[in-house]
Amino acid sequence: MTGMARETPAGDLRLANLTKRFGIFTAVDDLSLTIPQGSFFALLGASGCGKTTTLRMIAGLEEPTSGQVLLGDTDIARLRPYKRPVNTVFQSYALFPHLTIFENVAFGLRRRGIRSVDDEVTRMLSLVQLDGYGNRRPAQLSGGQQQRVALARALINRPQVLLLDEPLGALDLKLRRQMQIELKRIQTEVGITFVHVTHDQEEAMTMADTVAVMNAGRIEQQGAPADLYEFPATAFVANFLGQSNLLAGEAAGTSGGEVAVTAHGARFSVPAGRSRADRGPVHLGVRPEKLHLVGSADQVPQGHQLVTGLVTDASYVGVSTQYLLRTGWGTELSVFAANNGAEARVPVGSEAVAYWDPRHAFLLPRDAADTDRTTPVLDEPVGASS
Amino acid sequence: MTLLAPTGSGHPPPAPPAARSGRRRLLPYLLLLPGAAWLLIFFGVPLLQLAAASLYDPSGSLSTGYAMTWAFGNYPDVVQAYWPQLLRSFGYAGLALVLALLLGYPLAYAIAQKAGRWKNLLLVCVVAPMFTSFLVRTLAWKTILSDNGALVGLLRDVHLLAPDGRLLATPFAVVLGLTYNFLPFLVLPLYASLERLDPRLLEAATDLYASPAQAFRRVTLPLSMPGLVAGTLLFFIPASGDYINAELLGTPNEYMIGNVIDSAFLVRLDYPQGAALSFLLMAAILAVVFGYLRRAGTEEVL
Ligand SMILES: Nc1ncnc2c1ncn2[C@@H]1O[C@H](COP(=O)(O)OP(=O)(O)OP(=O)(O)O)[C@@H](O)[C@H]1O
Ligand SMILES: [Mg+2]
Repeated sequence: MTGMARETPAGDLRLANLTKRFGIFTAVDDLSLTIPQGSFFALLGASGCGKTTTLRMIAGLEEPTSGQVLLGDTDIARLRPYKRPVNTVFQSYALFPHLTIFENVAFGLRRRGIRSVDDEVTRMLSLVQLDGYGNRRPAQLSGGQQQRVALARALINRPQVLLLDEPLGALDLKLRRQMQIELKRIQTEVGITFVHVTHDQEEAMTMADTVAVMNAGRIEQQGAPADLYEFPATAFVANFLGQSNLLAGEAAGTSGGEVAVTAHGARFSVPAGRSRADRGPVHLGVRPEKLHLVGSADQVPQGHQLVTGLVTDASYVGVSTQYLLRTGWGTELSVFAANNGAEARVPVGSEAVAYWDPRHAFLLPRDAADTDRTTPVLDEPVGASS
Repeated sequence: MTLLAPTGSGHPPPAPPAARSGRRRLLPYLLLLPGAAWLLIFFGVPLLQLAAASLYDPSGSLSTGYAMTWAFGNYPDVVQAYWPQLLRSFGYAGLALVLALLLGYPLAYAIAQKAGRWKNLLLVCVVAPMFTSFLVRTLAWKTILSDNGALVGLLRDVHLLAPDGRLLATPFAVVLGLTYNFLPFLVLPLYASLERLDPRLLEAATDLYASPAQAFRRVTLPLSMPGLVAGTLLFFIPASGDYINAELLGTPNEYMIGNVIDSAFLVRLDYPQGAALSFLLMAAILAVVFGYLRRAGTEEVL
């Protein structure tokens, strides 16, 4: 293949100040990322935040307004898509309707002039559990089967980077889990860099080495899944990845390794190591499963902090009970109590106290106008404002 | 013919319950009735009449009347007399088809995929010439190509044409006329096919290492096959039977089979000959079309 950007000595995929504007609308905003070679990288974000656009720029299907796409140390941002060692599993599958499943999967190999494709295609089809489907047309397959063909069609080329745009979106839960394991196995086996876009947080957290949360064209935070979950960098991440109780407060500086916070008339503290701001408006965050519910303040263990309120709702979901606790100032906090038999159930309508270990809290900077935030960010389209 | 059938899933809905199925089953035939009657009266009957006329005694005439003598000899006779015109018809129509494809495919592609909001305007431009009569359009070409027209003058000045060279009354003019007059019949079906082509498929092809040329060959072309087949037929069939272009833009040296049939019926009043030639032309076109469909149709499209 002419000019194929260096077949083997790959290297990391780096996006440097990548920007894409459609007219006045900025879809991807000065994005910089490094994705180590051979890693499994998940890109999470609400619908319309620019994930597909980012992938398209890596694949070469969209020309960046500015910025670089580096593979190793070569800038491939201006390379034609068919010359990039990058393949995509498209969100819309984009299978060729006039070709059989076999020919769809063989397409990439044939274009690179590889003659004997039979073994490889058969192997690939059985990998995605579509043995015997080779002679069908895409229109004769179910949505999930088509998705697996799209996967096989990209994977067979063993690219340096595989871009997956919600490749498992149309699968039912069982097949989805199965394919996740399969994907992860393939990825570790062949050592291809996977860039995986998904709406499914659980999928992102279980599969990826690194998760990046994107919002309105920017990366809000990236890191190991546990780091993102335990110590989010922004209110958006705190409520996009799972759910957090964020209380609006004012920080008054660090003393003795603790940041003192006043929120809604009460005083709290957070270890300095878990604070991303120590002065001015802040959000004090605690995850619902880190909150414990008891009937009265004298049951709160030593060294814990507390908020009192009224239990307004309790939903029993088997492994846990999810309570809503309305505080004196009206905010409803979420509390997940593990159903492990250790804690008594709290009746709806009763006064209760929620407490937490300060080492489980975190402190984030806050816009002065921002108030409490306790509901998850819904995964729905972001407005088309710039 | 599956080629021209609309795409999308073609499965009929499950059979309705028995009570209503009788009327339901009749309905398609009732809908067919007017068209079938029309065809029977205005196509079937004249066709039989023509078939009979082609077997009349060739020595008869309009004034003395024709005798039905099952004169199959009319066929070899007309082939012997007019095979050059017959061959010329297909030669010119084929040449015009090649030219029309070279012009029409890129045109249809551009309108379908690249024209954006100009799409409708461009389509109107393709069809607009059809608003005037075929005859008038061809006469206009006669003026454009005429010996003292601006075009010939220019070509002579830049020595692309000999000082006494001409465009009118040459095979070139006839082929040009055919190309021009039937181009929309090729472009419209092609456009319809290319319009449906999902650009994301081309992106997928490029992503899978297909150069633009390969993407065209492997994706665009096969997916536009239904339109291409329909368009070439709609172009080729009337073009090979045409006589106006040869009549107005050519000389008897460029006459096609249509001209011979025209004169047999209207000038020489030799009905058996005209009828035999008509049938021959029809048979030849059918043979060409079936040969073509068998080849093009093997790569079953969609
Ligand atoms: N060709 C285009 N012209 C104008 N705007 C576009 C274009 N492509 C994308 N956009 C806009 O850019 C933004 C990002 O789109 P993108 O497809 O990258 O979203 P996404 O994160 O992949 O969303 P989803 O999760 O729904 O697939 C959207 O607001 C979209 O409307
Ligand atoms: Mg997308």
